[in-house]
Amino acid sequence: MEKVKLVPFSGNQSAAYAMKQIEPDVVAAYPITPQTEIVMGFSQYVADGKVKTEMIPVESEHSAMSACIGASAGGARTMTATSSQGLALMWEMLYIAASTRLPIVMPVVNRALSGPINIHCDHSDTMGTRDSGWLQIYCENAQEVYESMILAVRIAEHPDIQLPVMVCQDGFITSHAVEGVQLFDDKTVKDFIGEYKPRFSLLDIEHPVTVGPLDLQDYYFEHKMQQSDAMKRTLSIIPDIFSEFEKKFGKKHNFVEGYKLEDAEVAICALSSTAGTARGVVDKLRKDGHKVGLLKPRFFRPFPKDAILKSLSKIKALAVLDRSESFSAGGGPLFTEVEAAFYNEKSNPLIADYIYGLGGRDIFEADIENVFRQLIDIAKSGKVKEKIQFIGVRE
Amino acid sequence: MSGKNRQKGWKDIPIGGLIDKGGTAKEYKTGDWRTFCPVRDESKCINCMICWAYCPDSAIKTKDGKMTGFDLDYCKGCGICASVCPVKCIKMEKEEK
Repeated sequence: MEKVKLVPFSGNQSAAYAMKQIEPDVVAAYPITPQTEIVMGFSQYVADGKVKTEMIPVESEHSAMSACIGASAGGARTMTATSSQGLALMWEMLYIAASTRLPIVMPVVNRALSGPINIHCDHSDTMGTRDSGWLQIYCENAQEVYESMILAVRIAEHPDIQLPVMVCQDGFITSHAVEGVQLFDDKTVKDFIGEYKPRFSLLDIEHPVTVGPLDLQDYYFEHKMQQSDAMKRTLSIIPDIFSEFEKKFGKKHNFVEGYKLEDAEVAICALSSTAGTARGVVDKLRKDGHKVGLLKPRFFRPFPKDAILKSLSKIKALAVLDRSESFSAGGGPLFTEVEAAFYNEKSNPLIADYIYGLGGRDIFEADIENVFRQLIDIAKSGKVKEKIQFIGVRE
Repeated sequence: MSGKNRQKGWKDIPIGGLIDKGGTAKEYKTGDWRTFCPVRDESKCINCMICWAYCPDSAIKTKDGKMTGFDLDYCKGCGICASVCPVKCIKMEKEEK
């Protein structure tokens, strides 16, 4: 077997390195903690002449996304990166990028939204944008960040998708921790992503077009229908891109990743880095003879309902771990959607929501073990005593 | 909407609100916004051209110094012509679509 060569990279370095290999035509970005190293690292590649990318150092994230929209409408393969308040400042432009069907790729380093002001990890920033029309991939570690960046380009630019993609990683936990990352060679990456063929360009004066015109009662709804249809179609198109990726790089990807679910009676569903911690707890409890498993959704948009249902079909009790609170008085965003997915299904598990880790509050193996023990009780008693709990908050 | 006025469906238009060619504004007939249609009693009209001067959509048709009718592709039915007509020869009538 060929020995795999690993390089020590943080999540941010992985994202920046993927951007170097992808070599987009335009990057317009503004640095923000904890995403800063992505912009810093990529700027260095530009300064060193390693890429031919036009780098636009803008004065705000609103301008960053605006410049990306302009560049993408000009036919350029376009990227940016952000976190938290930066994503919030992009808000109106996020919707415009998606509804104008511009295949922009954006690493987002998840960070709590103010206030009170906080720079550490939670998912409130990207969860807030879940209805913006962007696809969202959540990454457990630096390796996933690297591979997802490359996948994201193909997904966004697919002729039947044409939608922007966020590649999310946990602020500091993933973005700043150094791990061994297996990198692919430049040529294979370039071959996989191919040459960008925009469906139009504002710079093509032979074929003048209008981008973003007023769209009132007579056609706005039709354009929203197209957008809805495109997002629905991603569910059938993306698996082909996964297969191609596997053929090219020998790495498997899927909408969800299950761990020891085959014979599991109880399971935890968690996004991003927490899935890594939970996997360790699964192993520990398995040694003690408990039938526990883990489901890590890789995508939140599109919401991979069928894959989730299929993976959890035999589970008796399920805990959804939410690293954000949606202030609905009814649980976090991952929980509400996972629970809703089971509605009208013939069999469904008892489900409880555990909101954790807000503002970077650590979640420990002991916390997750406690959740599993509660799940075992729930499965035994057939009752969920507390539907929504908060892990790690002081009384 | 039905018949010849039917607008295109979501599968038949460019995605993302793109207008995929130039000069399409001339195909946009704002007359279809109209609810009330101006109707002129030619026998009363004195060809004073006050309606022509006031019409905000340049929808009063003229020939050789005479008022000849309305350009219904662009008349939005605002009724200004009927209002300013000194001999009240223009009536606004509800249009059946």
